[in-house]
Amino acid sequence: MHPTRKDKHQWRKFKSALVSFGTFAAAVLVITPLGLVFFYLLVNGASSVNWDFFTQLPKPVGSPGGGMVNAIFGSLELLALGSVMGIPIGVLGGVYLAEYGTARANSMLRFIADVLNGVPSITWGVVVYGLVVLPFKGFSAYAGGLALGLIMIPLILRTTEEVILLVPNGYREASLALGIARWKTIVHVVMKTASRGIITGILLALARIGGETAPLLFTAFGNRFWNHDLSQPIAALPLQIFTYAISPYDDWHRQAWAGALVLVIGIFCINVLVRVLTRERSRTTA
Amino acid sequence: MVNLIMPASDPIVLETHDRTPESILDSEEIRLTFEVKNLSIWYGEKRAIDSVTLDIPSNAVTSIIGPSGCGKSTFLRSLNRMHELVPGTRVDGTVLLLGDNLYAAGVDPAIVRRRVGMVFQKSNPFPTMSIGENVTIGLKLNGVRDRRFLNERLEHSLRMAALWDEVKDDLQKPGTSLSGGQQQRLCIARALAVEPEVILMDEPCSALDPIATAKIEELIHELKKNYTIVIVTHNMQQAGRVSDFTAFFYLGRLIEFGPTTKIFSNPTDRQTEDYITGRFG
Repeated sequence: MHPTRKDKHQWRKFKSALVSFGTFAAAVLVITPLGLVFFYLLVNGASSVNWDFFTQLPKPVGSPGGGMVNAIFGSLELLALGSVMGIPIGVLGGVYLAEYGTARANSMLRFIADVLNGVPSITWGVVVYGLVVLPFKGFSAYAGGLALGLIMIPLILRTTEEVILLVPNGYREASLALGIARWKTIVHVVMKTASRGIITGILLALARIGGETAPLLFTAFGNRFWNHDLSQPIAALPLQIFTYAISPYDDWHRQAWAGALVLVIGIFCINVLVRVLTRERSRTTA
Repeated sequence: MVNLIMPASDPIVLETHDRTPESILDSEEIRLTFEVKNLSIWYGEKRAIDSVTLDIPSNAVTSIIGPSGCGKSTFLRSLNRMHELVPGTRVDGTVLLLGDNLYAAGVDPAIVRRRVGMVFQKSNPFPTMSIGENVTIGLKLNGVRDRRFLNERLEHSLRMAALWDEVKDDLQKPGTSLSGGQQQRLCIARALAVEPEVILMDEPCSALDPIATAKIEELIHELKKNYTIVIVTHNMQQAGRVSDFTAFFYLGRLIEFGPTTKIFSNPTDRQTEDYITGRFG
């Protein structure tokens, strides 16, 4: 072989190895913070995650023990309230964008949804504070749920739109050609075909709002006891973590770590569920 | 007696002689499924179909041939108003289906499509549904609840589509688990299940291998006993094999229509001859 050709060959191999290593290093950098967060939470929080944590109410300052059961249930209630509003509006809006809207209205709606997705979440808290908390003279679970629902709408709207646009047109045509009405075609054929994707979008939105603290500060407000009246302030896991973390007590700090660990594991579980769902979808279409 | 009958039957045969192949000549009378009069279709500013007038006989196979972009697919889709799915379409003229104007004010396109079924180029069984559900979905979503009736239609439709024996034990399996040719026959069964009067086929074999194609062509031959079939095809040999009548479209116009044997052996128009002999298209 010609010597210069061999040199070139080795230079190419070197460049290839360099780029491979660069991408590998970047990938490690991406994964590292996740690993560190998990590790740190485990080290600091695992010892405080016990049966009491899931079953006990917070104890008064100074007395040891207690748990966050009210905050865990409060978070679930807030997620449910947010879903009641965010899921139907988000999904229907996404269907409108994908199936009905005119090109001009769609590009405007899409732009607005993307801007809303970029709005800092504390803004939603302030908006709901002005719209609901002030006029009704009180913090409430409803206000917190509304703030979370408002965050969910543009998230779910965009993912729903995208997965519905992925449904091949042939299925719509086949259904319409059977004399099936347009809305039935959309519900029973198009949305059914896209259902896994729609559910994935909903779960990702839930994972996102599950960890939100800022929009709850001036809406749900938080408390330290059981509350089943949704028109009253309600506890939430992220809020409780926030309150405990900025307190001066060591015992509360340990509970804050435990709360953070539980929250991260919950969100991790949602993401695993999403992975399972999307993997099954790719298997059936293959 | 004989003399009395002869004059009465003769004129009917003479009237229809010029557009009738042997098989239909023997039957007592020509019935028309579609009467298309001065049909023009626009997509926005572009005119896709230009004043087409054409009668499509019942219980026969009519093939539509022509080079790409000649409007043959648009014409086919105008027969069950599927072309309206493209925004900005406009129609002028009339299409009568057994006497009913499909474009009269107040006609619901969904009703038109129940009477005029369609099979597409790419087989498209619904991926979320089993073989059985794929066949019965049209009836179910049109409000049929009776399980016995649904099961009867399921078997009948699959038998008519020559698929029953191959899938009768696998009705619960996904429709997409079938082979390409079977999927296309499943789509035919799905179209038959809602009991249409006409079946439109838009290049139904263009994605299939020769064996699967032969099966579909055999099926088309069987189906014309009960249905009127209009088929768009790029394949001239296929048009020759399956159809009784052929319409040649070019640049949105109907150039020539007649019995397939005549169009292929002795076309009247120079453009038809050029296309059929492969000089363009």
